[in-house]
Amino acid sequence: MGRPMREVFGETVSRLADDDPRIVMLDGDLGSSTKADIFEHAHPDRFLQMGIAEQNMIGVAAGMATMGLMPFISTFVSFAVVRPLDQVRVQVAQTGANVKLTAGYAGLFTGMAGKTHHIVDDISIMRAMPGMITISPADDVETDRVLRWAAAHDGPVYVRIVRDATQRLFDEDYRFEFNRAVVVREGSDVTLISTGAQTPRTVDAADLLAERGISAHVVHLPTLKPLDVQGIVSAAERTGRVVTVEEHTIIGGLGGAVAETLGEHRPTPLRRIGLEDIYTESAPNDVLLDLYGISAGGVADRVREIRWDR
Amino acid sequence: MTAGAGTVNRAEVERLEEMARRIRVEIIRTVNHAQVGHVGGPLSAADILAALYFRVLRIRPDEPAWPDRDRFILSKGHSSLVQYSAMALRGYFGVDELRTFDSQGSRLQGHPDMKLLPGIDMSTGSLGMGLSAGLGMALGARFAGRDVRTFVLLGDGECQEGQVWEAAMVAARYRVDRLVAIVDHNKLQQYGWPGETADVRLPPEEPGELLAKWGAFGWRVIEADGHDMARVVAALEEASVPEGRPSVVIAHTVKGHGVSFMEGDYRWHSKPIKPEEFAAAMRELGEVEE
Repeated sequence: MGRPMREVFGETVSRLADDDPRIVMLDGDLGSSTKADIFEHAHPDRFLQMGIAEQNMIGVAAGMATMGLMPFISTFVSFAVVRPLDQVRVQVAQTGANVKLTAGYAGLFTGMAGKTHHIVDDISIMRAMPGMITISPADDVETDRVLRWAAAHDGPVYVRIVRDATQRLFDEDYRFEFNRAVVVREGSDVTLISTGAQTPRTVDAADLLAERGISAHVVHLPTLKPLDVQGIVSAAERTGRVVTVEEHTIIGGLGGAVAETLGEHRPTPLRRIGLEDIYTESAPNDVLLDLYGISAGGVADRVREIRWDR
Repeated sequence: MTAGAGTVNRAEVERLEEMARRIRVEIIRTVNHAQVGHVGGPLSAADILAALYFRVLRIRPDEPAWPDRDRFILSKGHSSLVQYSAMALRGYFGVDELRTFDSQGSRLQGHPDMKLLPGIDMSTGSLGMGLSAGLGMALGARFAGRDVRTFVLLGDGECQEGQVWEAAMVAARYRVDRLVAIVDHNKLQQYGWPGETADVRLPPEEPGELLAKWGAFGWRVIEADGHDMARVVAALEEASVPEGRPSVVIAHTVKGHGVSFMEGDYRWHSKPIKPEEFAAAMRELGEVEE
């Protein structure tokens, strides 16, 4: 296992702030959960508690950005994207504000908080928003690299950060390349495209498929807005069959993005694995992954069951 | 920096009143030209904008991005014409450009757009958002150690938005004292709460409600007649003096002020002007149109 992405968030942004006086942290009363508290200890004068008032927090960040500061946001996806959506759209995206929407508790791993906190349509929402870069790192190593990239980029960036420890995918030499699909496993029978913390589980699924004689080519797509069209097309051409796998709704998310891309550029037989237009429930992480068919075993079973001739 | 009511001499008041009159003339001309746009809200705020752009704000129209300028946010962004008119008259751009308002390719969008028009400090249009951005600017100025003041104009109807009170709460919490909110309290909103008959629309708030609310949120509250230029200037300058907490000026105004048949009629929130109405409005504003 890797370290929890949220701890990396607190530490990496603290280190970035050591050398970058523009960085401030705005917290929506969740610093002890998002691990922005690590930043507060390192830079108490640059940690601003905004209270349980997220619409205001987003607007404050946009105003600060006009004064040359680079605010990072500490809250959950539910309160960084969904609740203040109009503020994100009007005040951050439309103004091109140099605000980093670093949102914790992405996906299903929310400490058993259930459907109110399981925001599994944020990729669909954010990638439809002009000017909103959307990145979903796979593990702790990539989270660090993505945060460093975001701090070097002038403009809004949305980063999905997972609460609990996730599987380690990349080694310490990994270099994040913006808007580049990453081949993480070579194969020839079927292409699996995945994003976020689902990617390591999808690699495990490929291992299980190999045991059954199916060679899966696995591609990780951390940048969901914009899209690496050529990377997606190349991945499809590799096997001529594509399955998208995500801890997110299949409507408009990774699956939607890949379907749109291939439909226009390289029509390819495609299946989407993920959450299927449902509200989720509270349960331990591994139970949820099994329940919704996105554990390694669940993905392997579903890929094996696909009838490509239909 | 400090200036009480007594320090504004008569000539200065008359100069600012003339600018307010000219702002109103440009609002009416532009709406007449475009045959679209909000009318009542821009007219009610014209005196406030004249006081800000021609006296209170420390700005450089020829250097709109001057880092030490005072910031101004029109949170009631649908009243963009009052800001555009004030900016044009102040020299940010030519008055002729006002006639491009709302047309394709114009820098003068229906709501102010900071990406298009230099001098707009924050894009607005979705109500309730401006004060948060202003708070961010005030906090940013504090971080940078800049002597910058931030002014945010809100509508009284806009004060129904929850985000306004989120911002009010946090601003008081941080004792931000270079942040001035101004409420254009014209007692009408677009459609309004139904009164005893359909034609009677009740005001956005009860009498005294805004004063009590802002006070309860920890703000210094200053009340003024928003059409009495000496009082407007005195209130804004009093509010600009740092006192360890944010300040709000509740400016009592009349929607549509300056054109008798538009005053106090919610239907003039936004509607095209007929030729005879335009001529009558110009006459009332002391302009003779060719």
